[in-house]
Amino acid sequence: MTDLDHMRDNLLAAIDASGGLDALDTVRVGALGKQGSVTGLLKTLGSMSPEERQAQGPQIHALREAVTAAIANKKIALDRADLDARLARETLDMTLPADGVQMGSIHPVSQVMDELAEIFADLGFAVATGPEIEDDWHNFTALNIPESHPARAMHDTFYFPEGAEGERKMLLRTHTSPVQIRTMLNQKPPIRIIAPGRTYRSDSDATHTPMFHQVEGLVIDKGITLGHLKWTLETFLKAFFERDDVVLRLRPSYFPFTEPSAEVDVGYTMEKGKRVIGGSDGWMEVLGSGMVHPKVIAACGLDPDEWQGFAFGCGIDRLAMLKYGMDDLRPFFDGDIRWLKHYGFSALDVPTLSGGVGA
Amino acid sequence: MKFTLSWLKEHLETEASLDAIVEALTRIGLEVEGVENPGEKLAAFKVAKVLSAAPHPQADKLQILSVDAGDGPLQVVCGAPNARAGLVGVFGAPGAYVPGSDMTLKVAEIRGVVSNGMMCSTRELELGEDHDGIIELPADAPIGTPYPDYAGLNDPVIDVAITPNRQDCMGVRGIARDLAAAGLGTLTPLAEVYRMTVLAPVAGSDPAPDVRTEDPAGCPAFFAQAVSGVTNGVSPAWMSQKLTAIGQKPISVLVDITNFVSVDLGRPLHVYDRAKLTGGLVARRAKDGEQVLALNGKTYSLDATMTVIADDVAVHDIGGIMGGEHSGVSETTTDVLIECAYFDPDHIARTGQKLGLTSDARTRFERGVDPAFLDHGLAIATHLVLEHCGGTPSAITRAGTPPVVARSIAYDPARAETLGGLAIAPERQKAILERLGFTVDSGWTVTVPSWRRDVDGSADLVEEVIRIEGIDKVPTVPLERAPGVAKPTATPEQKLERRLRRGAAARGLNEAVTWSFLSEAEAAPFGGGAWSLANPISEDLKVMRPSLLPGLLAAAARNLKRGAQSVRLFEIGRRYLADAERPTLGVVLAGEGRARGWQQGKAAPFDAFDAKAEALALLAAAGAPVENLQVMGEAGEAWHPGQSGTLRLGPKTVLATFGMVHPLTVRAYDLDGPVAAVELYLDAMPGKRSTGFMRPAYAPPALQAVRRDFAFLVPAELAADALVRAVKGADKAAITAVRLFDVFTGAGVDEGQKSLALEVTLQPGEKSFTDEELKAVADKVVAAAAKLGAVLRG
Repeated sequence: MTDLDHMRDNLLAAIDASGGLDALDTVRVGALGKQGSVTGLLKTLGSMSPEERQAQGPQIHALREAVTAAIANKKIALDRADLDARLARETLDMTLPADGVQMGSIHPVSQVMDELAEIFADLGFAVATGPEIEDDWHNFTALNIPESHPARAMHDTFYFPEGAEGERKMLLRTHTSPVQIRTMLNQKPPIRIIAPGRTYRSDSDATHTPMFHQVEGLVIDKGITLGHLKWTLETFLKAFFERDDVVLRLRPSYFPFTEPSAEVDVGYTMEKGKRVIGGSDGWMEVLGSGMVHPKVIAACGLDPDEWQGFAFGCGIDRLAMLKYGMDDLRPFFDGDIRWLKHYGFSALDVPTLSGGVGA
Repeated sequence: MKFTLSWLKEHLETEASLDAIVEALTRIGLEVEGVENPGEKLAAFKVAKVLSAAPHPQADKLQILSVDAGDGPLQVVCGAPNARAGLVGVFGAPGAYVPGSDMTLKVAEIRGVVSNGMMCSTRELELGEDHDGIIELPADAPIGTPYPDYAGLNDPVIDVAITPNRQDCMGVRGIARDLAAAGLGTLTPLAEVYRMTVLAPVAGSDPAPDVRTEDPAGCPAFFAQAVSGVTNGVSPAWMSQKLTAIGQKPISVLVDITNFVSVDLGRPLHVYDRAKLTGGLVARRAKDGEQVLALNGKTYSLDATMTVIADDVAVHDIGGIMGGEHSGVSETTTDVLIECAYFDPDHIARTGQKLGLTSDARTRFERGVDPAFLDHGLAIATHLVLEHCGGTPSAITRAGTPPVVARSIAYDPARAETLGGLAIAPERQKAILERLGFTVDSGWTVTVPSWRRDVDGSADLVEEVIRIEGIDKVPTVPLERAPGVAKPTATPEQKLERRLRRGAAARGLNEAVTWSFLSEAEAAPFGGGAWSLANPISEDLKVMRPSLLPGLLAAAARNLKRGAQSVRLFEIGRRYLADAERPTLGVVLAGEGRARGWQQGKAAPFDAFDAKAEALALLAAAGAPVENLQVMGEAGEAWHPGQSGTLRLGPKTVLATFGMVHPLTVRAYDLDGPVAAVELYLDAMPGKRSTGFMRPAYAPPALQAVRRDFAFLVPAELAADALVRAVKGADKAAITAVRLFDVFTGAGVDEGQKSLALEVTLQPGEKSFTDEELKAVADKVVAAAAKLGAVLRG
């Protein structure tokens, strides 16, 4: 073994034995520092003969490179060991709870209104609105419900005190139908609208609340018939419940503002003790509808010989109950966060046709 | 409207089954709400005879009977005082369910004696209230016959919902007519139904009664006939059975006749006891304050809009609504006056509404009875009175004129298809209309029958033919669809609402829907309500809300009472102000804003800056220029005066109010602890300027921004925002952002002062800032701040 070999073995052993960066640096200075042993050897190269240098140079350089590389590798290893030690110290109990994220929710009534808007947009219906504090003319008279008509008494209307002479009697709209009137007065046919919103009747029990939500639909055009009404309702209900086995039954009925008029039942089947829309084991009334009465069209300044169409009205709260399974109407308006979280919808549940309107 | 199957068959000759009739009724628009066969549940009970009765050895009040229910003697223990040998009654064998006692009979030992069934009382069979003894039937009642068969109880009761337009179907005959038109049978001639040889006024020779009408608007016609020498006893079985079956209590034959005709023909009548009348009867307007004790036992105060029937002394009838107690018939009545009048529907409706009085007569008159049926109605009534009470009829008085107006409609049978969507052959349409009582001439002029007040146009005729032909036959026809993908339909207002709703939910708020109305006290701190209902359901639901917060505060209080720890509610709805209904978003944050935790320590309530953060986040979601909004005061008296504010775009346009709710408001809801809230005014939001979809070109600054911190001593009352704005405006070219990051009072800061620390962002343009440039900007910042009394801290 030459001296160089011996020196290298010693240095590599010292490097390997360094327990920390400080010790390693001491070895480095001892070998490669200005006064270092390897540095000293390199310095001898200048005084050597070319032949000696030829023979010794590569060996000394090799020694220096080996030591340098060993120090670098050792440094990486020591750094890593240091880091591992620090990380070990930093260990946390990852089973500790993270701060809870508050989950917000959308009310079922709003969600269903968005679903309706989405479905009807595809059928070319815009969404119209109107005041909830209405006058007697828009809520009743224009809809062919004259004063003292029994239908007025049926509506259990909330009234405001009568003002000075000549003022129109103000009330809380009992249905969304006055939006039909406002739309026909302000817009030239053809018309296709739905009008969702709050409605009011002086009624309060398990299935009635003094405030509730309705959606109105109106189509005014040329050549519209009861057949179009049937198709529209069927298409709407199939899309809303996302079932192809939705069956409708029309029953002749009476609304002062439509002629002919029909109530619409939808078929249901019993699943796990609940009524589920689809099939026809039984029938549930879901909407009122009919061909807009010629007097209503005329009251809005349109010629009933030229324009005709259909209208329908439906309880939104009821649609929500039928689709999502609530069986009591009252909690809808209680603001109980337990109920809201249970029956509510995520902000991200935006109804779309491509994703399905239901959530 | 209830009637029994056998009652219907008096008018309708039909082979149709009950199911077929029920199905047809609903199909043609007479919605069946229920069918009940009262005999079904009593099928196990039989007519039985008590053969012998002996005392019970162990009990004084019990007897041991031997009963024959058709299968030989059975031993029965009975406690009824009227049980005796020879009595014919109703027997229930073991296994029979007794509805009135809700139990099933079984063989039992009663005080040591075996009893094989029970003799029943009317209450036990739910046939009446009597429970003093067992039912006693006539001695000739056939032993062993099922009791329902014997008693005629196997007659299904059909309950039909009649829509307000169909007065004609407020009588069994009208329903029969509709069914006949729908092919369910043949309508029996009316004279035959009433066993009259001819349907004509009953001639009488006694002087015609003195009746007249002085109110042709309210009572255009008042027909009357008197019958003297009547006996007012019990109704014949067929009549009392029919009335009982539909839930009406038989009273006396005279009263029952009027009730029966009302249900049978939809023709209300009234019968007066002539002995109780003074002078003739007149239909007139009531005098203001005039009173009448009606047959329901209540006294009504009348006014001059109401039509009454009165004699020389008093009011005897609230015309067409309810008769008076005084002149009503009793068992001692011998001379009667039968009234068959026509009351104007509008008058009836108004009077009924004013008095809050409903009656079978009102229901019919306000829908409009057949004005051409007065003579027939009176004839049938007189006929029934003579048949069942005897007596001598008078001549008839016909005061006034019933408003019979011949109405005809020029009809185009093609309308069935162009409006109703169903092609029906004209001959078929003609046949349907004729069976419903219309006449159709060769030129398709259709004359409306007098009983169909509701029909006045082509559309009505379409309805008639469609409903009879079958609305289920109308084929569906797709609405025409605009070519291409459906166009967007939502308005900017609707899109704004949707963004806010989903934005709020994404921020962890729960959407509630609360009442639009509240109490006056709740509305008061929010400026009071501009709209108060005249007829609220209760004082708590009286005033249209001027703010969304009361409803949410009440909901928050309910939630906290139920044990919720943190409540974060929002609602989007309208505020009802004097001038308009304003779309609004309300947020209420109550309870813990932060729950206690291992990281953050103690729980913390919501504070005003939680409210501000929600307000700004929602305003950003609404697309409002959040950077340009000013925080100002004047939130209102419902808010904490020192911890609330408004966010405005310009000095006048308030976009939102936020902060802590006033402790007094909070207390009114029985809420503990501080409550933060926000209200956003959707109609104040600036609209989005439509610039198409293209965004401006992307041009990030070439050089990095420089940040410099400044700390100022300012007067304690200075609004931080004022300093931030002043600094921002110091060099509009260089300064792109100013952010306050520290507020400090205490050691080193004089009393009455505070230290505000700002981070100012400077954006170089094409070249980096030189030291001189940076110093110049800093000088401008200090100078701008100085104008507000701010001094740069050393």
